[in-house]
Amino acid sequence: MAGTTLFEKIWQAHVVDEKPGEPALIYIDLHLVHEVTSPQAFEGLRLAGRPVRRPDLTIATMDHNVPTERGPITDLIAKAQLDALRANCEEFGVPLNATGSGREGIVHVMGPELGITQPGMTIVCGDSHTSTHGAFGALAFGIGTSEVEHVMATQTLLQSRPKTMQIRFSGTLPFGVTAKDMVLAAIGKIGVDGGVGYAIEYAGEAIETLSMEGRMTICNMSIEAGARAGMVAPDATTFAYIEGRPGAPKGAAWDEAVARWSALKSDADATFDRIVDIDVTTLTPQVTWGTNPGMVVPVDGTVPDPADFADPTDREAAERALQYMGLEAGTPVTEITIDRVFIGSCTNARIEDLRAAATVVRGKHVASTVRAMVVPGSAKVKHQAEQEGLDKVFLDAGFEWREAGCSMCLGMNPDTLSPGERCASTSNRNFEGRQGSGGRTHLLSPTMAAAAAVAGRFVDVRELG
Amino acid sequence: MRELRQVTSVVAIIDRPDIDTDQIIPKQFLKRIERTGYGQFLFYDWMKEPDFELHKPEFKGAEILLAGRNFGCGSSREHAAWALEDYGFRVVIAPSYSDIFRSNSVKTGIATITLPDAELAELKAALAQRNELTVDMETLTITHPDGLVITFAFDEFAQETLVHGLDDIARTLKRDDAIAAYEAATPGRFDTRTLST
Repeated sequence: MAGTTLFEKIWQAHVVDEKPGEPALIYIDLHLVHEVTSPQAFEGLRLAGRPVRRPDLTIATMDHNVPTERGPITDLIAKAQLDALRANCEEFGVPLNATGSGREGIVHVMGPELGITQPGMTIVCGDSHTSTHGAFGALAFGIGTSEVEHVMATQTLLQSRPKTMQIRFSGTLPFGVTAKDMVLAAIGKIGVDGGVGYAIEYAGEAIETLSMEGRMTICNMSIEAGARAGMVAPDATTFAYIEGRPGAPKGAAWDEAVARWSALKSDADATFDRIVDIDVTTLTPQVTWGTNPGMVVPVDGTVPDPADFADPTDREAAERALQYMGLEAGTPVTEITIDRVFIGSCTNARIEDLRAAATVVRGKHVASTVRAMVVPGSAKVKHQAEQEGLDKVFLDAGFEWREAGCSMCLGMNPDTLSPGERCASTSNRNFEGRQGSGGRTHLLSPTMAAAAAVAGRFVDVRELG
Repeated sequence: MRELRQVTSVVAIIDRPDIDTDQIIPKQFLKRIERTGYGQFLFYDWMKEPDFELHKPEFKGAEILLAGRNFGCGSSREHAAWALEDYGFRVVIAPSYSDIFRSNSVKTGIATITLPDAELAELKAALAQRNELTVDMETLTITHPDGLVITFAFDEFAQETLVHGLDDIARTLKRDDAIAAYEAATPGRFDTRTLST
């Protein structure tokens, strides 16, 4: 019998019930909740007189629309939504890491840092970047609000089994090239719908040598290739990250867990529905030029010419993207000047990301034409960074140093771009209007964003002294 | 949820690929805690453009939307499906969809019909002659008044959900024995309510 993939092992272990011609009923080990996609789900439970079945497997935080400047929230509609979360959590017995608790943060930063994101689990959240948690060898995916309510009521989901894809990153990552560049290159290669219908497993030497932060960055952006879930087999790096965190098993239970987790890998003879190979040895820092994450080029490249796209649909999309982005075909990426820099988001706002960016800006200053901000991924990340003096490095260099939240990744709070403003952003989506109506977003790594802040334009971070 | 058996309507065509849910309903409208009333904000930024497809008089009153590949990609916001439904759409026809949008649509009472490029081209040609279609979710057929009939594949479970307007949660709760048995066999790893800082 052929071996099984990591995905198949986790899936099989969570099938509660299966009927022919129906999606499988699968059990959910952890449900993460935030203020934006939950109020209608709680209301649904209330109307039907249903409880949250497993509040002990559920945890909420406030992240999407919280302000990142100190002081009371002035947006009354956002405040009402945060108040609703607080009231709902109290009514249904769901634990809440509220703003000001010291444990709040972007939901996909909070889970891992609490140690409740663990290998072999099924994890869901009403947020498409839930794929982040797959970095720990979990099956984690985003769901809509109706599914949020379904999980609250039943701790299960009806799911059709996705196909499996393996993306193998071979070789050693060159100096100055990061996990963000790996995943942007992968999306550029397979396209923004290349992963639709698949669960992706990332593998290969360049994955095995990555930190957990790097693996989270890659799994996070699986959805930008259309894949609901991305995952990495757990190993010693994974176990070292989890050990000692509040939710981690302790004592003998820890040793048992590590033994169990160590078996979570695709068998050598397992087969995937699709395999994609990417050689990282020739990879360079990536910058997006268009209005989806697949519209990406190396920093030493140029803005593409729509006429070079063979498919008429792609050509029209590229033309529209260039018009929206205010760019001319053929422009070298390093000649594009920027107005704003955003270092933050569930993709790149963990401590390692902030350390890397700080290394680039230390002793330098943000260009006079640029407004730059750093938004730590969680209150804990912010605290840790301040312990290490990174806040001072950023402030001395002219960055704003903010409170934790999703912030300008999606601009639900006051942190937005003005029409026409061009932003170098470490976030995950460069869609039209994503960071503010008329705003122009270029996605890139934290070190590349830091370098762009200093230069006032895109530069190849590898060429900085 | 409203039942969805048959729809006859003009077809609004937005023939662009990768229409993301940020376009369908921008973030500033996700702060509301209600499930209704999002139709007025549908394609909020694109609606400001005078030549946006949905402004075409001939698309007025359309309950069927025809779009490009990978429709509904990006954010998982179910508000996108709610906005489409509230605006009046019951059926979307496209070459492909994002997985989360497809799932959200069923729960909102919207059918997402996938057609291969060749059939889509045929359909568009027929619609260019006369813009009207009947979509039947019981027989899984699309019928054009000039005679074109296309049958399509649709997930059986989702079809039943749509046609009868069923509630997934009520159905799953009937399987409580299986869920309880699973829980008994797999003890929890932690209790989120007692996690220390």
